[in-house]
Amino acid sequence: MLTSPKHGPVVVTLVLLLAIFAIGGLRYRGFLGGQVFLNLFVDNAYLIVLAVGMTFVILTGGIDLSVGAVVALSTMIAASMLQAGWSPGVVIPLILIATSVLGLLVGLMIHVFKVQPFIATLAAMFLARGLCYIISNNSISITDPFFTAFAYTRIPLGGRLSITPSVVVAVLVVIAAVVVLQYTRFGRTVYALGGGEQSGMLMGLAVARTKVLVYIISGFCSGLAGILFTFYTLSGYPLTAIGTELDAIAAVVIGGTLLTGGYGFVLGSVLGVLVLGVIQTIITFEGTLSSWWTRIFIGALLLVFIVLQKLLTARRR
Amino acid sequence: MSRVLTNRLFWPVVVLLALFAVNLVAFPGFFAIEVKNGHLFGSLVDIVRNGAPTLIIAIGMTLVIATRGIDLSVGAICAIAGAISCSIILGSPDPGNVGTVVVAVITALLVALVLGLWNGFLVAVIGVQPIIATLVLMTAGRGIAMLITEGQILTVNSAPFKTLGSGFLFGIPVAVWIAAAIFALAALLTRRTALGLFIESVGINPEASRQAGLRSRGLLFSVYTFSAVCAAIAGLVLTSNQTAADANNTGLFIELDAILAVVIGGTSLAGGRYSSSAPWWARSSSRRS
Amino acid sequence: MAERNAVVELNDISITFPGVKALDSVGFRLFPGEVHSLMGENGAGKSTLIKVLTGVYSPDTGVITVDGERVAFSGPAESQAAGISTVYQEVNLLANLTVAENIMLGREPHRFGVVDWRATRKRAAELLSDLHLDIDPSSLLGDHSLAVQQLVAIARATNVQAKVLILDEPTSSLDADEVAELFRVIRSLKESGVAILFVSHFLDQVYEISDRITVLRNGKLIGEYLTGDLLRIDLVQKMIGKELAVLDDIQSRVQEEQSGATADVPFVSAIGLGRKGAIEPVDLDVYEGEVVGIAGLLGSGRTELARILSGVDRPDSGEIQVEGRGRRFRTPRAALSSRIAYSSENRRAEGIVAELSVRDNLALALQADRGWFRRIPRKRLDELTQSYIETLQIRPANPDILVGNLSGGNQQKVLLARWLAIAPRLLILDEPTRGIDVGAKAEIQKLVANLAENGMSVVFISAELEEVLRLSNRVAIMRDRRMVADLPNRDLTVDDILGVIAEGAGGDESDAPTAERIPS
Repeated sequence: MLTSPKHGPVVVTLVLLLAIFAIGGLRYRGFLGGQVFLNLFVDNAYLIVLAVGMTFVILTGGIDLSVGAVVALSTMIAASMLQAGWSPGVVIPLILIATSVLGLLVGLMIHVFKVQPFIATLAAMFLARGLCYIISNNSISITDPFFTAFAYTRIPLGGRLSITPSVVVAVLVVIAAVVVLQYTRFGRTVYALGGGEQSGMLMGLAVARTKVLVYIISGFCSGLAGILFTFYTLSGYPLTAIGTELDAIAAVVIGGTLLTGGYGFVLGSVLGVLVLGVIQTIITFEGTLSSWWTRIFIGALLLVFIVLQKLLTARRR
Repeated sequence: MSRVLTNRLFWPVVVLLALFAVNLVAFPGFFAIEVKNGHLFGSLVDIVRNGAPTLIIAIGMTLVIATRGIDLSVGAICAIAGAISCSIILGSPDPGNVGTVVVAVITALLVALVLGLWNGFLVAVIGVQPIIATLVLMTAGRGIAMLITEGQILTVNSAPFKTLGSGFLFGIPVAVWIAAAIFALAALLTRRTALGLFIESVGINPEASRQAGLRSRGLLFSVYTFSAVCAAIAGLVLTSNQTAADANNTGLFIELDAILAVVIGGTSLAGGRYSSSAPWWARSSSRRS
Repeated sequence: MAERNAVVELNDISITFPGVKALDSVGFRLFPGEVHSLMGENGAGKSTLIKVLTGVYSPDTGVITVDGERVAFSGPAESQAAGISTVYQEVNLLANLTVAENIMLGREPHRFGVVDWRATRKRAAELLSDLHLDIDPSSLLGDHSLAVQQLVAIARATNVQAKVLILDEPTSSLDADEVAELFRVIRSLKESGVAILFVSHFLDQVYEISDRITVLRNGKLIGEYLTGDLLRIDLVQKMIGKELAVLDDIQSRVQEEQSGATADVPFVSAIGLGRKGAIEPVDLDVYEGEVVGIAGLLGSGRTELARILSGVDRPDSGEIQVEGRGRRFRTPRAALSSRIAYSSENRRAEGIVAELSVRDNLALALQADRGWFRRIPRKRLDELTQSYIETLQIRPANPDILVGNLSGGNQQKVLLARWLAIAPRLLILDEPTRGIDVGAKAEIQKLVANLAENGMSVVFISAELEEVLRLSNRVAIMRDRRMVADLPNRDLTVDDILGVIAEGAGGDESDAPTAERIPS
């Protein structure tokens, strides 16, 4: 199990997560409370959705640097349109369509014009941030009743535990992604692309369509994550979610998806998000540790997982 | 004529001239350069001065990209260099002392050297893809900078340090002199020694280069180290210009600007042919408002 | 002949790539229940023909018929739909997925709109057991050996009710037992009426498995033969062809110098030099001023030997001695510092740096030797370039032109100049005359003869035996990854060499087919 590139990294992540919980539980009172755990989901619902989209892209061997900027763009579109009096019933679908179309453009750029994913999504990142500034230079707050209701609603789970509707959305996205990746031909083609595009083509798979579609999915997930993010912050701000693409990539990598594609699971990425979340929680509980340790920890974890992946894949050459 | 058209610098130059033309029409004072207090003033001077840090980084990035690599960590290295220099200057009893500033600057550059070696190690020895290898430092780097500044924005009041970013020498901003010096150094190294040939060769055809007896490993170490040192210099200029080290915002997105500048300037990301003069043009045209 | 109808028939197929006629009105047919081998040396057009069949290329002219009906494939998917399945040399499957998925991908049974994994695994298991293969369908493909992956690829191919199965070099990385297993599967498919196109460079295997042989050379059809009617020696002759004798003077000169090797100690000796999966341990001595020719078919180990001698690949057994002292070449750089240079057969991928100028390409090895700091003075480099352009007649005679824009022959000359510039003591030339015109070929041959006269040792590898004979003092013959003969070039003829290549040397194992050999 541990030596397989398919399961090894995920198992390591799971063990790591449990270990961090154990350490937290020993050191801090109340750390192992159910709500602490649930808050990992509450605080990171949007990141889970982002990581799901990113997982699709990375599984094919690509990368999407635009997701943070697209989240910001979604918050700006939402905030400005709601301010102008549009109904959420129009705004939300519109955002999802717009970000999916952006993903489509990126996908076409990569597939048709053979632009490297890195560059194509970098361009999309600049485009999305630029559009944010066109909408407004300032933070716009949201007072729409649907959005505020969504933001303040807690879904009780019995005891004194509760979650937000965003968590439900994130969980649904994860379930959908698992089904798509594990049980549809499209999903298997995503893995096939990461295993070898040439092979996939020779096997007669729909390589072109799949390659474009993963970027549409990533765009859609970014839009959805942006909407969840506005539920969380109740505002739109052009500079929001800077560096979020790095968090998403880190979560996916720590969750055991190989950056060269082909190996990995959506549930692993969820574990990756939880690891990032629990590190943050530990640092909060510690009190004396400053928040910048989070980034150093994430960097160190990234390093460990990259070297681990390198070892696991080098062995089978 | 066809030689001109096929030159890799042709389109970048055309676009730059077009941008200048647009500016001239839209803002008639655009090209006005005056001399005030013995210094040059004007939009063009601002463009060149504000562009200096990105330009410095783009020079290092050009070499990295020519080897088929990429360096995402330059922004973080900017922040680290700024944080180190400012904390040393603040920690000394005499911030205005030239010696103190020299020590601070050299320490920052040495640390950058180590960080560059680290990137080079991951790429050349462990064999990690460059984008991923430098992602590690990009992620952790700002945290390290925060650690050095202890989360504060370190404001320094040191005249010699301030000169780096806002001073003038012979009427021209010091930052521009620094950029020009690094450019000259890079040009010297790549054109007067065989380094340029080796970098191009490894970037275009690594296997043929290996069989011809090139040591690509050492070469990769050198370019990543050079890139990191360039980033540190840019970080020092930025920090000095703002008279403060801000671990969160110093050099934020500068890696993307630099990559864009290099690409616009005609260096192919697939490695190989590059043009080190290209980023000059590109940077001036990609200035963000 | 009163024969069954062909399943697939190609007629008058021509296909041209920029500068090359890859196929020149070639015809080819496949019959059900038959194994048909396609033979030819590098550049003969085998892989182009296969790609026409699999729909990767569409021919410029010509007709493809499947079951008597004319077809035109616009991609691999259409060819597969017509019942043509392919197993490629490099297993084109996905190591990151399970065996079952690799067999079923793209055709998984669905239930309620999602993949029915249970049915998928069951079907895969059935296909594997049809072929009598004991492979766990839910194991990861990457965990299996190449041989098993190859068999899985065949199982995948049979899943589509394949009428035609193309096996492109399926045995190139298998050991004897694995080949036997593969042949068992091929025979059982043959019995079930599948038409099989088999490509291999192992003659023994071809003779063991095939019913019919088609030979291609330089994009042209040489002929179609029943295996029983074609002697091995004739086959090899047809594959290699006879070349016009353009350079008789060189040969006479070489003959005169037969006494050539004067030193007691060879400049380079290989002692039991081997690498698993590449070549069996080999002994070879090369003396100063000697040209050693290496003859053998593609895949015989000739290139592998050259790569190990020059530090490009590392040996895992034996040692290399330079003037009697053991050396370990971990990199080409190490070999170069012992003044051993290797000019790769793969000019484009491993030789030229296409986007650099002639001058820069020429300077590369010399500059690498001097280090980055001591740049060759511009004036000296210009003189050097100019003198090589003149002596080797590189055209166009412009040192600033990008090497990628030169013709193959001129690229080869630039590469030669690169190596000559460092004044090597041993120059290993791997197929230096492949794919270049006759004039350039003659010039290169003359150059090699001159170099040896001036004391340089040369290892000369070529598929063209006339050329090898003309230039070499000695000829080493490789066959099936081992060196089977090392003969002085005295009255040696092409037919002698063909005989050794076709039958093996010494008679100790001459007629034993590879597959039945006991693995050592």
